Amino acid sequence: MARYEIRLSGAGGQGLILAGIILSEAVVRFTDKEVVQTQSYGPEARGGASKAEVIISDEEIDYPQVNKPDFLLALTQEAYNKYNRDLKEYGIMVVDERVDIAMRGGPTYVVPIQKLTQEKLGTRMVVNVVSLALFNKLHEVVETEKLREVVLERVPRGTEDLNKKALELGEELAENLNQYKIKSKEEEEEE
Amino acid sequence: MTERVKLMQGNEACVEGALDAGVLFYAGYPITPSSEIAEEFAAKLPKVGGKFIQMEDEIASMGAVVGASLAGKKAVTATSGPGFSLKQEIIGFANMIEAPCVIMNVQRAGPSTGLPTSPAQGDVMQARWGTHGDHPALVLCPNSVTDAYLLSFQAVNWAERFRTPVILLLDETIGHLRERVILPRKDEMVITNRKQPHGAPGSFQPYDITDEDLIPPLPPYGGGYRFHTTGLYHDETGFPSNRPEVTSRLLNRLHEKIDKYKETLFLYETYGLRQANQLIISYGASARSAKAAWRIAREKGLLVGLLILKTIWPFPEEIVAQAGHDKNNIVVAEMNRGQLIGEVERVMDKRIPIRGAQRADGVLITPEQILAKLEGVN
Repeated sequence: MARYEIRLSGAGGQGLILAGIILSEAVVRFTDKEVVQTQSYGPEARGGASKAEVIISDEEIDYPQVNKPDFLLALTQEAYNKYNRDLKEYGIMVVDERVDIAMRGGPTYVVPIQKLTQEKLGTRMVVNVVSLALFNKLHEVVETEKLREVVLERVPRGTEDLNKKALELGEELAENLNQYKIKSKEEEEEE
Repeated sequence: MTERVKLMQGNEACVEGALDAGVLFYAGYPITPSSEIAEEFAAKLPKVGGKFIQMEDEIASMGAVVGASLAGKKAVTATSGPGFSLKQEIIGFANMIEAPCVIMNVQRAGPSTGLPTSPAQGDVMQARWGTHGDHPALVLCPNSVTDAYLLSFQAVNWAERFRTPVILLLDETIGHLRERVILPRKDEMVITNRKQPHGAPGSFQPYDITDEDLIPPLPPYGGGYRFHTTGLYHDETGFPSNRPEVTSRLLNRLHEKIDKYKETLFLYETYGLRQANQLIISYGASARSAKAAWRIAREKGLLVGLLILKTIWPFPEEIVAQAGHDKNNIVVAEMNRGQLIGEVERVMDKRIPIRGAQRADGVLITPEQILAKLEGVN
């Protein structure tokens, strides 16, 4: 994989920074790829829009910051507004269904991530792990069991079962992602 | 035992490097973007029989570090710009009494409280001249998480070997960056300990220089050897003296004990220097962008070389002169309004154009900004 830039964004407190760290850790432990991870610091990490960024590459990663993401996850409107602008034209965008988005050319998926997490798992606390599993399944960065191993090491004790279910939900969403795809500008025009 | 491959944060790597070098004491006052260093030391030092103290402020922390050092422990503190300013007086005291210690400064944008969570390299000259008097300085600048580990280990070793404060000068980008690191096997790492006296305690003269390396032995307080320390100029007994010959002998020795081994202190990386007519010089996080700029320039067919400095003080004059003497354009990339560029200008032939690629707005300098200073990019 050439340099691939990932941005996971949402509200501070949703755990996306932890998701970024878990993804990076999985890459280090179970692949021979290079990885760097950066994140929001300060007040925005504790509310408002917050992001974690991960770069994965077969080659040395010199400049360590995300320039134009290949993948953007936005769980909140504020995060989308703040972080969607520099997404690559044909980069992948996954947003929560409550986020209003502008029409674009690249693959775009509007997924009820928060709603399904609440409905199926009874809490939104694990929306980060759902998102992480969705991303991992879509890109096949590491095998499901490997991701589970890292997740279970990193989450608080007593939440293992909940997080296992969150991983399953995320994978399920990735497998059915096409049903959430919205039409691009071009597709709309063709019709 | 195999190499250790891990995901690690820059600040965490500083702690790992220091612990592997034998550090058993940390005193500090947390400040962004260095706080993870304090957190990690707090978690790990008690497990290896060490002590962590959160002091009432940065000045007291520096005092505690010097005290612990004299009591025989390898001691560290960490801070950022505002705290680094406060520590300067006692850093000078450590210089004067020759107390080994390491000060980690994770730079953020200043002056004053500036931008707490943003990267900068504005403390380059402060690391050299922040404390008053004509003192030497040993300052290391990591540009990766692996480097943070290795240079932290090296900083502790050199503090012990040269009986001097050593400054590990990071920036927010490297401090907070997590990346894949490959650490050397622990049994490959050679630890240096401060020199101990040969003679009996009764006849001990703390600053009696008999060894060729010009470094006096340092027994721990409480170990039977009694000695006095003072920030005043002092003779071999450790007591004050204002005799001109004592003054010049001590000041010169403080410099010479490091100058004598200068060649072994210069740590740096070079890329494509030979087939180059232009040169980029950088350090710390800026060096990451410089590496990207160098790679892009090479892909465009430009003959560009790259010199990344890890030891910035003492300034590696000969290495910079050697790398730059045959170039027709030198670009110095740094996150300030031009600090180390002055040193480059000082050592280079005045006919060679030297340009600064500088950024000081709290954002990591980009490869494009550095490329723009090269000849023939567009």
